[in-house]
Amino acid sequence: MFHPSPEMKELQRSNPVVRTRLPDGRVGWLVTRYDDVRQVLIDPRFSRAAAVGPEVPDAGLGQAATDTILSMDPPEHTRLRRLVAGAFTARRVEALRPRVTKLVDELIDHLITLPQPADLVENFSFPLPVQVICELLGVPPADRHLFHEWSDTVLSDISGDPAEIEAAFAELSGYFARLLAAKRAQPADDLMTALIEARDAQDRLSESELVRLCLTLLVAGHETTANQINMFLLVLHEHPEQLHRLRGDLAMIPQAVEELMRFAQLGASGGGLPRVTTEEVELSGVRIPKGEAVIPVITVANRDPALAPDPDRVDVARPLTTHLGFGAGVHHCLGAQLARMELQEALRGLLGRLPRMELAVPVAGLAFKNGMIVRSLQSLPVRW
Amino acid sequence: MAAWRVTVSDECIASGSCLGIAPKRFALGDDGRSHPASALMAADEAVLDAAASCPMEAIAVRDAQTGEPVEPR
Repeated sequence: MFHPSPEMKELQRSNPVVRTRLPDGRVGWLVTRYDDVRQVLIDPRFSRAAAVGPEVPDAGLGQAATDTILSMDPPEHTRLRRLVAGAFTARRVEALRPRVTKLVDELIDHLITLPQPADLVENFSFPLPVQVICELLGVPPADRHLFHEWSDTVLSDISGDPAEIEAAFAELSGYFARLLAAKRAQPADDLMTALIEARDAQDRLSESELVRLCLTLLVAGHETTANQINMFLLVLHEHPEQLHRLRGDLAMIPQAVEELMRFAQLGASGGGLPRVTTEEVELSGVRIPKGEAVIPVITVANRDPALAPDPDRVDVARPLTTHLGFGAGVHHCLGAQLARMELQEALRGLLGRLPRMELAVPVAGLAFKNGMIVRSLQSLPVRW
Repeated sequence: MAAWRVTVSDECIASGSCLGIAPKRFALGDDGRSHPASALMAADEAVLDAAASCPMEAIAVRDAQTGEPVEPR
């Protein structure tokens, strides 16, 4: 649960750029060193748009990324990204911090009224990011019961039924079409209203792009953060000396969040979205021909000794200047600053107010939901 | 054609966003941060895209002659 496979680590040491048959039977290049993965994510010769199609391996990432901003290259990607980038800058996110601190407090106020053990997934790790992204977008948080299941299905991995995934996309699209109509009639101070303005007054995106963009922001905006809240707590639970250190000095939290982003695996497969080379590229002395699928194995790259000495050790005080936990390049996580801030406030609230909080079941007894591209715990029972 | 003066501040977190959007206009330095490929450059829409897409708002574009801000405005 906490470490990349020994085979992947061995690849990084001895065969860092290797052509191989992937679990779905298709052929692609696995790239595992930090510098190389970073280049694959940033260098425009590795195309996302060219990586969408039946012949490209999906590395266990399912269909979630096709037909959205995640599968576009510049300049199309840039046109859409520019429309939303301003809402997620460090400055804008900092202005949201007091609101998030208050939400964290309210969720903990409620949590401690519950009988113990209580489920942290249901009562904290999901509701926090859902509430934040809903308020930012202008989606009624009370609709969570509506979109929760669709969102889970949209994030299905390759084991998912394509018809079911398509149906969930259609449901979510229909939901947003209705929301956007209501928002047009009654504009508000939120991102959806700003995007409607960009569509209706400036024609900067099509109606279907508008719907897909809102849908992507909602789904990407909460499943990921919820998972990382859970995984951060599990990693700290497994490293009690680190947890003790952090509880003793909550000012270390921002630094700890970076280390935990490096250490805790977000995606179920550990890989990033595949790219396809638009011309021949050389990586670590290996020539990758034009038109080949390339999988940047982010989880393993984050455990490269060249990035972090003694990389499989978690150290909340590690002076880390960078990592690939949020990816890199044009697809660098749009919500990275928001996620950082939410994760910081979540840890500050939980460690600060519930200093004796502990897992109520052994880690081995925890179950992930099956068949999803992000790792999503079914429940996380805790006592405090 | 207008010339621009482009700077990247210390706020840069090396997300690599600008390197992907305008690969000819930015380069990664030894310090791990992004730098303009040259301090002065010809006007290029991709540089404005990079500045507007930077998560840290670390990129500033000014008119080289007048010093007027081009992006952010």
